Amino acid sequence: MGEPLLKIENLESYYGPIMAIRGVSLEVHEGQIVTVLGANGAGKTTLMKTISGVMDPEKGTVKLSGEEIQGRDPDHSVRKGVVQVPEGREIFPLMSVEDNLKMGAFTRTDRAGIAADIDMVYRYFPILKERSTQDAGTLSGGQQQMLAIGRGLMARPRVMLLDEPSLGLSPLLTKEIFAIIKRLNAEQKVTMLVVEQNAKIALEAAHYGYVMELGRIVMGGPAEKLRASKDIQEFYLGQQGESQRGQRRWKNRKTWR
Amino acid sequence: MDLLQLLISGLANGCVYGLIALGFVLIYKATEAVNFAQGDFMMLGAFLTLTFANSNELGLPFWLACILAVLVMGVVGYLVEALLIRRMFGESQIAIVILTISLGIVLRFVAGVIWGHEPQSLESPLAGREVRLGGLVLGFDDMTIIIVTILLTAGLYLFFAKTKIGLAMQAASQNQLAAYYMGIPVKRVHALVWALAGGVAAIAGILFAAKGTIDPSTGLLGIKASAAAIIGGFGSLPGALLGGLIIGLVEPLSSRYVAAGVSQIMPYLILLIVLIVRPHGLLSQVRAKKV
Repeated sequence: MGEPLLKIENLESYYGPIMAIRGVSLEVHEGQIVTVLGANGAGKTTLMKTISGVMDPEKGTVKLSGEEIQGRDPDHSVRKGVVQVPEGREIFPLMSVEDNLKMGAFTRTDRAGIAADIDMVYRYFPILKERSTQDAGTLSGGQQQMLAIGRGLMARPRVMLLDEPSLGLSPLLTKEIFAIIKRLNAEQKVTMLVVEQNAKIALEAAHYGYVMELGRIVMGGPAEKLRASKDIQEFYLGQQGESQRGQRRWKNRKTWR
Repeated sequence: MDLLQLLISGLANGCVYGLIALGFVLIYKATEAVNFAQGDFMMLGAFLTLTFANSNELGLPFWLACILAVLVMGVVGYLVEALLIRRMFGESQIAIVILTISLGIVLRFVAGVIWGHEPQSLESPLAGREVRLGGLVLGFDDMTIIIVTILLTAGLYLFFAKTKIGLAMQAASQNQLAAYYMGIPVKRVHALVWALAGGVAAIAGILFAAKGTIDPSTGLLGIKASAAAIIGGFGSLPGALLGGLIIGLVEPLSSRYVAAGVSQIMPYLILLIVLIVRPHGLLSQVRAKKV
């Protein structure tokens, strides 16, 4: 498959004295959707922040097409093509939907391209076009998530980092958002790194997946392999392994511990 | 007629208060710091204009002196943010408040050393000229203050609504983290906001000096202007102007119709009433964040 677009090696980040990610390595190849699964506090968001430059790593490298981009200000990473769609939407509440989208293109100067991309975002999210002059703070949660993704697209990212796009959304909306994520990947060739708690839907959309626990990557593989894995099924997909006697096995251990 | 005369001069005063308050709000909205040296920025801007324009100093043309003063104060604002405020990142609000209060004191005494503590007047082409309209005497200075304030407000509105950097300033003030994520250089944007506030302060200073004398303690006007900003709803730009106008109008009216000393306490009385009746100010933009 050649050189990965995004290559992370031995990344370590701290919150003060607390080590939040402990030597994470992973690869994202061009055109892929890669997902990182994990429970609360596994370090997924920290990983995303470190990749996008909002946090600086203590050790390790983040390489985009072989060029190191870690430890710089986020505007540098955005210019290089790494854009994060943050957890919890984080839109600009008192600005109009359209101005929010324009802010997504802050690092760009090609007016015609920006206008064309706004139209492109409106095609994927028609509801945003209807609301284009409305203050973004008045949108519903799902619409805000759409706006956040659309705003991320406006930077023409080479890699888009999506942090918990399903957070706070109904199962139906989650499905809708992931359908659009898949379409964007297929049609606009946007490479994506998606962090999710909802393992089922993430593994359905992704080509490749990693499992993160306590700041470490404990498992990685093609999405269909992960879906078939017993551990993933039991701990992330919520299917219970039944023993021959028809009882739940309480002393089950994860293979990676 | 007498009342109308009073109202116009009050309106002009109010514009100056409003412009200083605007500086407070600009910085507070964008960076969540309160610059208590804003009044002293204004004083400094006025003295700079005086140095550039007065015939016994540099003697430059008046308009050139104004532009230079605005630019210099913009640079001062930028540097204050870049060299002082930025280092306070992560410190508590009160630390920044103390820093800016002390900065104000320092500026006041530096100005005293350079320009002396005696009141001085700016040689402005506006002073003493007037038009008579019926029984009304309209001073050029009052009219200019009102017109400049209107133009400046319109200009700022367009700047924030239409330009990319203005939108970025709005964005950084509404959601700093998201602004970072979008690749907006938030630190530089903050410094630019301070530069803008410095420039606005200089304009306020020129307008103030065009009406009367200035001395280093003129900067204490900032206290009255901060009252104006709070009345308007700290964080609202139109509110700052409104608060300034209210104070500007109430002062001369109360000294005319109530008693001379009352005008001194009126701004703060209004401040108290507003805080009791509408704690967020008259035109506040308080909206709970959606989760």
